Amino acid sequence: MHAETEVLFRDSAAKALLDPQLRANFRRAMDGLMAKRRAQFPDPSDLQDMRHLSTAIRSRSLLNLPDLLEQFEANCTKNGIQVHWAETCEQANELILGILRSKGAKTLVKGKSMVSEEMHLNAFLEERGIEALESDLGEYIIQLDGETPSHIIMPAIHKNKDQIARQFSQKIKDAKYTEDVDELTAMARRVLRQKFLDADAGLSGVNFAVAETGTLCLVENEGNGRMSTHVPPLHIAVMGLEKVVARLEDVAPLYAILTRSATGQAVSTYFNLITGPRGMEEMDGPEEVHVVILDNGRSRMYADPQLRATLRCIRCGACMNHCPVYTRVGGHAYEAVYPGPIGKILTPQMEGVGVRHDLIHGSSLCGACAEVCPVEIPIPDILVRLRREATHEDVGSNVIGKGTGRTATEDWAWRLWAGVLKRPTLYRVASWFATRFGRALPSSAPLIKDWTQSRSKPVPARRSLSERVRAEGVPHD
Amino acid sequence: MTDHRPSSDSRTAILGRLRASSETGPLPSLDTAVLERRQWPAAERVVRLRKGMEAVHTEFLEATTNTWPAVVRAFCDREGLKNLLFGPTSEAGAALARSWAPGGTQLMPYDRPVEAFKQELFTGVDAGFTGTVGGVAETGGLLLMPGPAEPRLLSLVPPVHIAMLRASTIQDSFWSAVKALGWGRSLPANALLISGPSKTADIEQTLAYGVHGPKRLIVVLVNDLT
Repeated sequence: MHAETEVLFRDSAAKALLDPQLRANFRRAMDGLMAKRRAQFPDPSDLQDMRHLSTAIRSRSLLNLPDLLEQFEANCTKNGIQVHWAETCEQANELILGILRSKGAKTLVKGKSMVSEEMHLNAFLEERGIEALESDLGEYIIQLDGETPSHIIMPAIHKNKDQIARQFSQKIKDAKYTEDVDELTAMARRVLRQKFLDADAGLSGVNFAVAETGTLCLVENEGNGRMSTHVPPLHIAVMGLEKVVARLEDVAPLYAILTRSATGQAVSTYFNLITGPRGMEEMDGPEEVHVVILDNGRSRMYADPQLRATLRCIRCGACMNHCPVYTRVGGHAYEAVYPGPIGKILTPQMEGVGVRHDLIHGSSLCGACAEVCPVEIPIPDILVRLRREATHEDVGSNVIGKGTGRTATEDWAWRLWAGVLKRPTLYRVASWFATRFGRALPSSAPLIKDWTQSRSKPVPARRSLSERVRAEGVPHD
Repeated sequence: MTDHRPSSDSRTAILGRLRASSETGPLPSLDTAVLERRQWPAAERVVRLRKGMEAVHTEFLEATTNTWPAVVRAFCDREGLKNLLFGPTSEAGAALARSWAPGGTQLMPYDRPVEAFKQELFTGVDAGFTGTVGGVAETGGLLLMPGPAEPRLLSLVPPVHIAMLRASTIQDSFWSAVKALGWGRSLPANALLISGPSKTADIEQTLAYGVHGPKRLIVVLVNDLT
């Protein structure tokens, strides 16, 4: 049976569909992003070559993952970057708290990091008296309202400027009401510059970790990532263990396909390579740099040859921007850190296929995500696999919560179906009844109701095909 | 729920799990032909870089090997900049200081640890000047290697960033630049690519410039192509 904490994507998606403002905000943003991405790949064969190369680079990295992680760690250590390992989010949070406390840090400014969202780091630190302030404009906007990101690249995409204008005028000291985007941006700049200046520590994610040099690569447009990692005396980076890449030259094509797939930009404003703390002769930069490598279910995904492909992801968000479900319901409906198609395969593998049963089924398997994925992750195939995992306890599978999505109703329905199909006489009787009385079955009948909620009821023919063949005969020469 | 296990235990456990499931086999080959195709003659590299960077609001000033310090000076005077922060021991910084006439924009050396003037850096500096170690033609972009001679915050905190770029150092792509500069062998504590002034599209996908970093990026393009 389903666990008690089950979240129903179906219900939250239905609610989102009824919100015209939300739908308009997403429609506009997603149409824009799709058009911009398309414009970046004018030559389809060039795009395919880039995708194949990116897929090969990520696959090679994963094949060598344990060696590369050790090489990365050794080089970081040589460069003066302190490396920490965490199996769980709780452990990663404790590690970060420990580092902050050892330096007496009370305030933390954050560059954008989805792993820190995965860890619910902000809430954890706030409960322990440490201010964790998001500095990416989109993250700052949603943090003011106590919300979570609705998109992994554009976290505040669900809001329009009127909503942001109202929010800023209420929540920022001395702010006047304005819908001018430049003025709103300037307001955030004013507040956050002071925060960068005062912060005891900065936190960032990692887009790529380079094994051969021990380098953390950060992709961004705003400069808040550089501010968070260069201005405070302490920099802590968090990364999923899959982020490591063998060589710096391998990062170049991944970076090129990342920005083009994500926001339709040929290049981001900044590509920041951090290979160490402030050197002996340097005037600025953090005195200490730490990197926390997080597992949180990733090594389990790694163990399965098919599911391992999930770890190729470079977090561009193109699958969301092109998903017919995501573009209509938005990111919050998923009630997960990672929304959209990649979230549908990632979240159940982190939290359990039983409790997130609805997510794996909330897809039409149209394949748009796999078609745009820069590292060719077969998201629909993995969804189908996870659907099976949710209802089967296959020996050898290490998927968390396998078999826990099985329901008595579904079990009973399949058993009945198999029973009827295995017995020709019974099948004939059943189809006789279905063709004669199927029409009379009300749309609100159990099981049928689920289908007819948003579709018309299927109407059976008056006589089955085999009956007609028997009655009319098959002409053959 | 708290989890106080030491990092070293987790390291052993994580690497152990990964090793148990990693298989040995041929690595997929890397076909980099698509990257190698991106090549242009030197003059065209300049045009491409400029086009890419101008599209994201970077401004260009043309100069020669001899005139560039004067071009920087003329820009500062024209804009009425109060001061210009620079790295006095860098090659470009030293050249700039040698030619800088007194009066007008004050040349301000970044010659002490940031802690000594953090507040002033954030509120009292109009512009920062840096050299570059190269450029990227394919997409547009400058390559910088901050360090003792050119501190990291020079190109980040002041509202205007002026960068000197020699046309001859422009590479075809970021990929070829990484190889040409030998960044894969050794990297300083910080290196970066900058393609324009700081920007965001987080409010309704509307582009706004100057969100956290510089509001303006001025490239002094030195034509040293023969």
